[in-house]
Amino acid sequence: MSLDPEYLKNERSQEWRAALRSKIKNKERTAIQRVHMPEQAPEIRVKYQDREVNLGITAEQAALEASRCMDCVTPTCIEGCPVNINIPKFIKLIENGDVLGAAATLKETNALPAVCGRVCPQEKQCESRCFYLEKMNLPSVSIGHLERFAADFERESGTANIPKTAEPNRIKVATVGSGPAALSFAGDMVKNGYDVTVFEALHEIGGVLKYGIPEFRLPNAIVDFELDNLKKMGVKFETNFIVGRTASFDDLRKEGYKGFFLGSGAGLPRFMDIPGENYNGILSSNEYLTRVNLMGANSENSDTPVILGKRVAVIGGGNTAMDSVRTALRLGADRAMIIYRRSEAEMPARIEEVKHAKEEGVEFMNLCNPLEYFADEKGMVNRMRLNRMGLGEPDASGRRRPVPIDGSEFELDVDLVIVAVGVSPNPLVPSCLPDLKISKWGTIVVEEDKMQSSIEEMFAGGDIVRGGATVILAMGDGRKAAENMHIYLQNKISNSTKVN
Amino acid sequence: MNKIVEKEYFSDKVIRLVVENPKIARSRKAGNFVILKIGEKGERFPLTIADADPLKGTITLVVQIVGVSSAKLAALEVGESITDLVGPLGKPTDIELKGTILACGGGVGVAPLLPIVEAFKKAGNKVVSVIAARSRDLIILEDEIRRWSDDVIVMTDDGSYGKQGLITVGMEEVIQREKIDECIVIGPAIMMKFAALTTKKYAIPTQASLNSIMVDGTGMCGACRVTVGGKTKFTCVDGPEFDAHEINFDEMLMRLGGYRSEEVVANNKYIQK
Repeated sequence: MSLDPEYLKNERSQEWRAALRSKIKNKERTAIQRVHMPEQAPEIRVKYQDREVNLGITAEQAALEASRCMDCVTPTCIEGCPVNINIPKFIKLIENGDVLGAAATLKETNALPAVCGRVCPQEKQCESRCFYLEKMNLPSVSIGHLERFAADFERESGTANIPKTAEPNRIKVATVGSGPAALSFAGDMVKNGYDVTVFEALHEIGGVLKYGIPEFRLPNAIVDFELDNLKKMGVKFETNFIVGRTASFDDLRKEGYKGFFLGSGAGLPRFMDIPGENYNGILSSNEYLTRVNLMGANSENSDTPVILGKRVAVIGGGNTAMDSVRTALRLGADRAMIIYRRSEAEMPARIEEVKHAKEEGVEFMNLCNPLEYFADEKGMVNRMRLNRMGLGEPDASGRRRPVPIDGSEFELDVDLVIVAVGVSPNPLVPSCLPDLKISKWGTIVVEEDKMQSSIEEMFAGGDIVRGGATVILAMGDGRKAAENMHIYLQNKISNSTKVN
Repeated sequence: MNKIVEKEYFSDKVIRLVVENPKIARSRKAGNFVILKIGEKGERFPLTIADADPLKGTITLVVQIVGVSSAKLAALEVGESITDLVGPLGKPTDIELKGTILACGGGVGVAPLLPIVEAFKKAGNKVVSVIAARSRDLIILEDEIRRWSDDVIVMTDDGSYGKQGLITVGMEEVIQREKIDECIVIGPAIMMKFAALTTKKYAIPTQASLNSIMVDGTGMCGACRVTVGGKTKFTCVDGPEFDAHEINFDEMLMRLGGYRSEEVVANNKYIQK
C-alpha cells in the first residue's frame, strides 16, 4: 500500500501537509542540525544490564527534527524501508503535533515500531535513501529516532491505538516461531481478518527480541507492550509448542489450519572447529545471551547459572558480538575484548554499537584470529592462542580477505570465551517436512517475490530463509509472506467455490 | 496443563511423576526427551520421557534429586503443575527388528531405558536387560523392565540385591552366552563410558543416550555439544543417542561439570531456605 504512487500522492496532497510545507522555507529546514540522541553516561550504564543506553529524544527535539524533513515529492526513504512505512506522513504528523497519528501511521505497516525504532540499522535503510544524504551530502533526517519517539509517546500516553482489523473470515493460519518475521506476518494477517495463532517453542514469545537482544538495547517491557497490541488485535499465542513435534503439521491441518508461516529462525550457533573449543567456559553467544536475557541468569533469584568472566574474549564483529561483549562488561568483566579477524572497516556491527562499546571500555583486538584454547585441570578455559592477520584481496563478500601473518602468534589469558561467528538455520522444523525444499546451507527455499516454499500453503521468512540477517529484513519477509498468503488463500477459496 | 496426577517415591532421592500433557503423550516416541522449567525464575533442564499413556494423556518422568531444579520438580505434589513443559525433543531411538538387543540401564537411567526396551520388544526383538545401581534401594522399575524383557540381570555394587558387581559384569555374562546384535546403554556418563568399552571389545554396535547440559533443547544454544567420531555434535538435535564407541566420554564428563561451582552455590542457598 505504502509504495503505491497514487496513494502516496493523495496523502501528500492533503491540505494539512501542503500547509506544513509552505510554513517553513526549505532553506530554513536544511539549516537545522540533526538531533543528537541523548545517552546514559558510559560509566553509569556499564553497571546496569537492563537500563537503556539511548534515552530517547524530547517532544521539542522531535518536532524540530521532524521539521527538517522536506516532505519530498518522491520519498525514496520509503523504498529503503523493508516494511515500507509511510515515512514522510508519520514525520509530518509529528511536526504537526499529532504524535498519536504518527504512531498509528507506523502501525499501518509495522507491527513493532518501538522495537524497530531501537534496533533497525536505519543508516543502511531508510536514512541511507534520505534526500539530505543522497542529494545534499548532509546528515539524513533521523527517521529512526523519530520512529522510536512516536512509538514511545503512544505507549507512555496510555492511549494505544489498536489498528483496525477486517471482519473475521474464520480462516486459521499458523506461524512457526514468534520472532520478528512471524510477528510481522501475524499482524498483517490478523488485519486481513484471519484467525492467527503464533506457536513458539520457548516459554516466552518474541524469539530473538527476547533471548538475543539485551535489555540495554531493547527492554523486554517494550517487546511485551507490542505483543500486547497484537493480542488485542486478536492474535493468539501458544508457547511451549514445537510445530512438527508437539503436534505434526498434519495434526494442525486437521484442526483447520490452512496456511503456515515458517519463521523458526537461525537458531543453530556456529563454532570455529579449533582445538580446545569444547572446554568449559567457551560458549556460543546464543547460549550466553539466552542465559542472561531470557533466563535472567544475572539476577539474584534466577535458577539459571551464568559464568561471570573477568577476562572475557568475544569472537566476532557483528551486532551479536557487540551485545555479548557489552553484556560481559555489565556482568563485571575487568577486560571485555572483541577478537575480530578483519579490521574495523569490515565490521558487520552497526556503527552505533561499536561506538557505544568503545565508550564503555571494550577492547578491540581487530585483525586477530583464535587458533587454540587451553584449560585448567577441571577443563575450564584459562588461555587462548591467536595470530595476527593482514588484509588481502576482497573475497566473495566484497570485504578484504583476512590473511594470517607468519610468526605473529601470541597468547592471551581468558576465563570466558563467547563465540559469535554466526548461526545456521535451525533444522528442527525442516526435518519434520521431508517435501520441503532446502538449500545446501539448510535454509528454506522460497520464491523470493512471494516467500512461498515448495509446499504451497507454507510460506517462510526471516533467518530460516536468509541464514542470518536483521530484525527489519525478517519483518519485511513476514509482510511479504502475509500479502502473498492472503492472495493464495483467497484464490484457493474462490476456485473451490467455482468447482462446487 | 502439566498437572501432576501421580507421584511415587522410588527412594528419598528418586521420584516418579505422572504428568498431564495430552499432546506430548500422543506424539512422543521412545528415546525422546522434554525440557522443563519449575517456577517463573526456574531453570530449563532436560529429562528423558520414561513412559506415556496417550489415552489418559499423560507422560511419566523419573527424577533424581541432584540440584536445585530437580529438587523443585521433586517437591511438586499431586495437583500442582509444572510451569513449563515442552517436547517431545531429540531424535527417537531407531527401533527395528535387529535380533537380540542388550539393554543396559544404570541408576535412574533405567527410566528412559524402559520405553526403548518396550519398543524393541514390540518390534519383535529378543531383549536381554541388565539393570544396575549402587544398592538395592536404588534399583527402579524392575518389574516394568521384566515385563518387556526376555531375561533380566540385576547388578548392585554392594551385592545387596541381584548379583554383586558393576553393570559391565552383567553385560559380559550376557555377551559370553549369546550373540548380541545391538546394545543400548543409558545411565551416568562414567557407567556409559565403561559399558561402551565392554561392547567395543566384541564389536557390538552400541548406542548411548546422553544427558548433556541444555538451555533451550532445540539446537539454539550449543551447551550440549559433544564430540562424536572427532566431530562436534549437539545432543539436543543430533542426539540424544549416539554411537557409543565414537563418543568422547571424557570430554562429556568434563562438560557436565561446566557449571559445577555455580550449581554448588545455588544448591547451598536452596537448602538453607
